[in-house]
Amino acid sequence: MPETYIRPELVCPAGTPAALRTAVDAGADAVYCGFQNETNARNFPGLNFTPAELEQSLGYAHARNAKVLLAVNTFPPAGKFELWRDAVDIAARLGVDAMIVGDMGVADYAAKTYPNLRLHLSVQAGASSPEAIRFYCQAFGIKRVVLPRILTVAEIAELHREIPCEIEAFIFGNIGMMAEGRCSLTNYATGLSTNMDGVCSPAADVHYEDDKEGNLTTRLGPFMIDCFAGGENAGYPTICKGRYTCSASPEAYYAFEEPVSLNLSALLPDLMRAGVTALKIEGRQRSRAYVKAVVAAFRKAVDDVMAGNAPALANLLALTEGHRETQGAYRSKAWR
Amino acid sequence: MTVQERAGSVTLGPVLFNWQPEKWRDFYFRIADEAPVSTVYIGETVCSKRAPLIEPYYAAVAERLAAGGKTVVFSSLSEVVSKLDRKLAEQICTAEGFLVEANDGSALMYLKGRPHHVGPLMNVYNEATVKFLAGIGAKNICLPVEMPAKSVGALCEATRDLDVSIEVQVFGRQSLALSARCYHARAHGRTKDSCRFVCEEDPDGLTLSTIDDRKFLTVNGIQTLSYEYLNLVREVPSLRKMGVSRFRLSPHTLDMVGIATIFSGVVEGKLAADEAAALLEAMKPDAPFANGFYHGKPGYTWNTASVH
Repeated sequence: MPETYIRPELVCPAGTPAALRTAVDAGADAVYCGFQNETNARNFPGLNFTPAELEQSLGYAHARNAKVLLAVNTFPPAGKFELWRDAVDIAARLGVDAMIVGDMGVADYAAKTYPNLRLHLSVQAGASSPEAIRFYCQAFGIKRVVLPRILTVAEIAELHREIPCEIEAFIFGNIGMMAEGRCSLTNYATGLSTNMDGVCSPAADVHYEDDKEGNLTTRLGPFMIDCFAGGENAGYPTICKGRYTCSASPEAYYAFEEPVSLNLSALLPDLMRAGVTALKIEGRQRSRAYVKAVVAAFRKAVDDVMAGNAPALANLLALTEGHRETQGAYRSKAWR
Repeated sequence: MTVQERAGSVTLGPVLFNWQPEKWRDFYFRIADEAPVSTVYIGETVCSKRAPLIEPYYAAVAERLAAGGKTVVFSSLSEVVSKLDRKLAEQICTAEGFLVEANDGSALMYLKGRPHHVGPLMNVYNEATVKFLAGIGAKNICLPVEMPAKSVGALCEATRDLDVSIEVQVFGRQSLALSARCYHARAHGRTKDSCRFVCEEDPDGLTLSTIDDRKFLTVNGIQTLSYEYLNLVREVPSLRKMGVSRFRLSPHTLDMVGIATIFSGVVEGKLAADEAAALLEAMKPDAPFANGFYHGKPGYTWNTASVH
């Protein structure tokens, strides 16, 4: 007899209203987005929504039975809390289906002011154990946790049995090596903070230099992140995917991680069996064409699993960073 | 008690690195006997595999520190994922009679409702978060290392009437990132489970350099720190004025008693900040000082301009 699964929610990125419509049309059950400021962790130029755009987008999504989740998931520095408070107020007024929060102060304000507003715990909160998740659930009435990308599938299954809320897990896209919400590397090199400003490796601080031999070096601020021989596929410079040397390795090596993308399409049935309620695709900074291709492929894969068929795994490799993919931490503890 | 009335003091954060257990013990014995610090944080915050190595000395170290007039606080594990991590977090947080500093959400699960500290690896950036934590029992909060002066000042101002003291790290390598992967093991071609404690080779961490040979970062197991050493001795008077009452030193293989004495002199107003800076310069580690985060600049930079 074929195995039966609970139908998971496919949660897709929307960097712009156009991307949101594309994701909904391609089969997203839910889309997530943010406002045009530092209240969300993808505060990039040309990205995100005005309140009016969010309102229109809610209409578009709801008319097609898709949910809209708003990320208000960065950490307001003291003296600037109003910006985050305003974001919560607008989200509640417009009737988003859920708000994704990371900061305890923001969560506390939202829970107390809008008890009916559904809260999801952002990956930025770094809740990686049942105890931490239970703490957030009890304190703020969190209904769903977005898990850090550091757990194995076996650990997720175990965790599922010990927490009172739903689980959302990343299945595809860019994979940061550091625990989300606990990384100041960008601020160290550039003066802009991932937690407070919502940026990682900002483009304004990225430099590319060609030398006489045709090598391409990439820098973030003054720091060389990598050096590519002619013809090598040069990645966007992020500190946790750079090559460095140390006493144990005089040859330059990827000290943290290679420039790879997460692709868990092969693990979909395992994740669904482990109790993952929502499957999340990273990439609010990506193009509409990318969103369309990835969402459509995963829509089909999830539907195949639900129908008891082996998922026809579309070739997503071409869409991954540096055209290289990994199952990251999810497959085995040996990743650590 | 309002912040203005709080006496300023120097504190010593937990040893972040994998020191030989006897060396770890003897370090704290000397701190207990000689260092002018009010509070000493002990315990393993980076890797649960290391904890059993120093555990046999907890009692003796805590006793000696208490005898030396220091308040002892156990600092909890910062990244709790595996069964071993969870067991360690529970063990530290549920031990009777100890004050605990929470470094992750799982610790708060155990500590809420009773007096506790909150560590710099928790994300406490604003007054709303301070108020929430004070409401569940936090008595002291050490702010994240990347907080700029402007935000520290605003936070102190907005939480002045709460029964919470604010602490800021003022010396030592700055913790920049945590991961589930052990980068010490990776540098040696191993994994976290097969590490054979290779981190013990680097008592101040393993330096990572860029391909063009610029020293950049420091690896300590799952933790990444700055290569530069934070030094906010010149900023102590400004921090004091804002309402920060506790000044944390992060331990290194330096003369920490001497460094504590210098900072204590500045906190108590007995030593001019410029004089203290010159003294620290002479005791300098084999790496530059940095103070960028405080000045709202890249964290690795050294800034001489004052903020206030």
